[in-house]
Amino acid sequence: MITMGHDTPAGDLRLANLTKRFGVFTAVDDLSLTVPQGSFFALLGASGCGKTTTLRMIAGLEEPTSGQVLLGDRDIAGLRPYKRPVNTVFQSYALFPHLDIQENVAFGLRRRGIRNVTDQVERMLALVQLEGYGRRKPAQLSGGQQQRVALARALINHPQVLLLDEPLGALDLKLRRQMQIELKRIQTEVGITFVHVTHDQEEAMTMADTVAVMNAGQIEQLGTPADLYEYPATAFVANFLGQSNLLAGEAPGPSGDEVLVTAHGLRFSVPAGRARADQGPVFLGVRPEKLHLVERPDQVPAGHQHVGGVVTDASYVGVSTQYLVRTAWGSELSAFSANSGVGGQLPLGATVVAHWDPRHAFLLPRDSGADDQTTPLLDQPPVGALS
Amino acid sequence: MTALAHVPTPSGQAAPPPPRRGRHRALPYLLLLPGAAWLLIFFALPLLQLAATSLYDPSGSLSTGYAMTGAVGNYPEALQAYWPQFVRSFLYSAIALVLALLMGYPLAYAIAQKAGRWKNLLLVAVVAPMFTSFLVRTLAWKTILSDNGWVVGLLRDVHLLGPDGRLLATPVAVVLGLTYNFLPFLVLPLYANMERLDPRLLEAASDLYASPLRAFQKVTLPLSMPGLIAGTLLFFIPATGDYINAELLGTPNEYMIGNVIDSAFLVRLDYPQGAALSFLLMAAILAIVFVYLRKAGTEEVL
Repeated sequence: MITMGHDTPAGDLRLANLTKRFGVFTAVDDLSLTVPQGSFFALLGASGCGKTTTLRMIAGLEEPTSGQVLLGDRDIAGLRPYKRPVNTVFQSYALFPHLDIQENVAFGLRRRGIRNVTDQVERMLALVQLEGYGRRKPAQLSGGQQQRVALARALINHPQVLLLDEPLGALDLKLRRQMQIELKRIQTEVGITFVHVTHDQEEAMTMADTVAVMNAGQIEQLGTPADLYEYPATAFVANFLGQSNLLAGEAPGPSGDEVLVTAHGLRFSVPAGRARADQGPVFLGVRPEKLHLVERPDQVPAGHQHVGGVVTDASYVGVSTQYLVRTAWGSELSAFSANSGVGGQLPLGATVVAHWDPRHAFLLPRDSGADDQTTPLLDQPPVGALS
Repeated sequence: MTALAHVPTPSGQAAPPPPRRGRHRALPYLLLLPGAAWLLIFFALPLLQLAATSLYDPSGSLSTGYAMTGAVGNYPEALQAYWPQFVRSFLYSAIALVLALLMGYPLAYAIAQKAGRWKNLLLVAVVAPMFTSFLVRTLAWKTILSDNGWVVGLLRDVHLLGPDGRLLATPVAVVLGLTYNFLPFLVLPLYANMERLDPRLLEAASDLYASPLRAFQKVTLPLSMPGLIAGTLLFFIPATGDYINAELLGTPNEYMIGNVIDSAFLVRLDYPQGAALSFLLMAAILAIVFVYLRKAGTEEVL
């Protein structure tokens, strides 16, 4: 372990009613959240959702229009960035090109007037597996190495919170995977609160303890990766985090511990514990990998619910085959079937029955008038076991 | 073609490829030729001529002709007679350089980093004076600094100048003229350098506990060194050899070495001395530049 306590123990990072407006555009809209001390927290969202602005407000590089940034009990929103016990790993790394790696890493320590930096720099370079690179200039390093220098340069200060702004965005896929594991390892080792901003759902889910999905300056849902994936709170989350088949339906209201749904003239039910809405217009959601395909209705296991359809597309992606099934009313459901060697491939045009366990379905509120939302096959791999 | 390649050809016809490759290799040199010829005819040869002139018998004249006597004594004599002008040249251009840095560095920084959509307009404003002649610009300064001009009037009113105080025909006027005339040579290289300064580096410095002053000292300044070195050299070298400013804005008491060389060649017609002074100036500037670059330790400029 590296011991060089910054000052007082940190405490949780809390954002309270944080708002940032650029002219008429509201980038961050009355955002409140708590990041527990020592956790790995991911802010996930599409570009322009306000996640980077949020991060920059925590770092002090952007001034909030209103609201508070609390570290423990201290409001740091008014402090200049260089007064905050917070460090950032920038998306562009922003390594100082005129300084060698050692001086880049030692930059923060030197600014705080710490004399003997060599040992700490050595240890930090060892932590990010860059021993012996101290005398090189940033331009002589590969992207992945520069990324690790940026991490070391921030971590060496033992900030109370480490902010990571899409730190893996510039790396190729394989290196990114490797760095995800690496980052998680380092976070566990140093025990500092990490706030990680990313648009890559897989990155957020692999690393973070808690993920907050942001959309239009607000948090759509906050929870553990599994919670978010298995039981999304909104249609946005259901589609942003992995893929979902959302069928537009109507729910008459709760009845016992089940919620009945009518969709496209068919009747379904969902356990009450998996219903975010139980009255009025709803989406009935099923993840593609929870949707199983069989050839005849009599093959559907007891207790499962089903819809019939025709296979219109099959993409073989190695670990799985991704099918599109056109239902009688024209929507295309996607279903992933693991290529485990059991059962064969379904041909195009085959009549199939898609079935699912109601305990894997979920109900979401729906704007009245919104139709089925089914994600077409994307080039990105699905989250979880299939990737 | 490939099939034919295997057919044995008479030895006389096998030759073509190599010479063509040879011509390709000669191409860069051919492209260099006009420039090199120009440099040889209009720089290297005159320089040799000038070196020879500096060693002529000083007692010669245009009417009696010059004798090449290898009179090395021209050099110490010239230095002895005109060392005050030498010192003055370097002093004035050094002061002007400091003034220009005080104005030019923030200016270049502002244009490069803060000007936004005014950037091009401000750049034009920096370059615009160049559209008119150096002479005209310096003459304009003569008007600005004249005894009944508003600058002198204002300075007299606030008692920075005595009631009879003046600016024209003083060292101040010459230094101001040098500062003004060579400022763009400092600002433009600095601007070109600072435009590439990534503001995210300053954010990173700030994130890593550097106050704005520290960030400037540790990031902005070192990164602007190549531009700073190029700019100071482009300012200092012509400013030291300049004679227009001293001639138009000063008096013989403010004359710099350029004025002496000018008069040696054109008024006193003492060619050996003029040539010797020219070489002394060149040697002094080369020495200063060499030491400066060694100290500044930059490989990007040269």
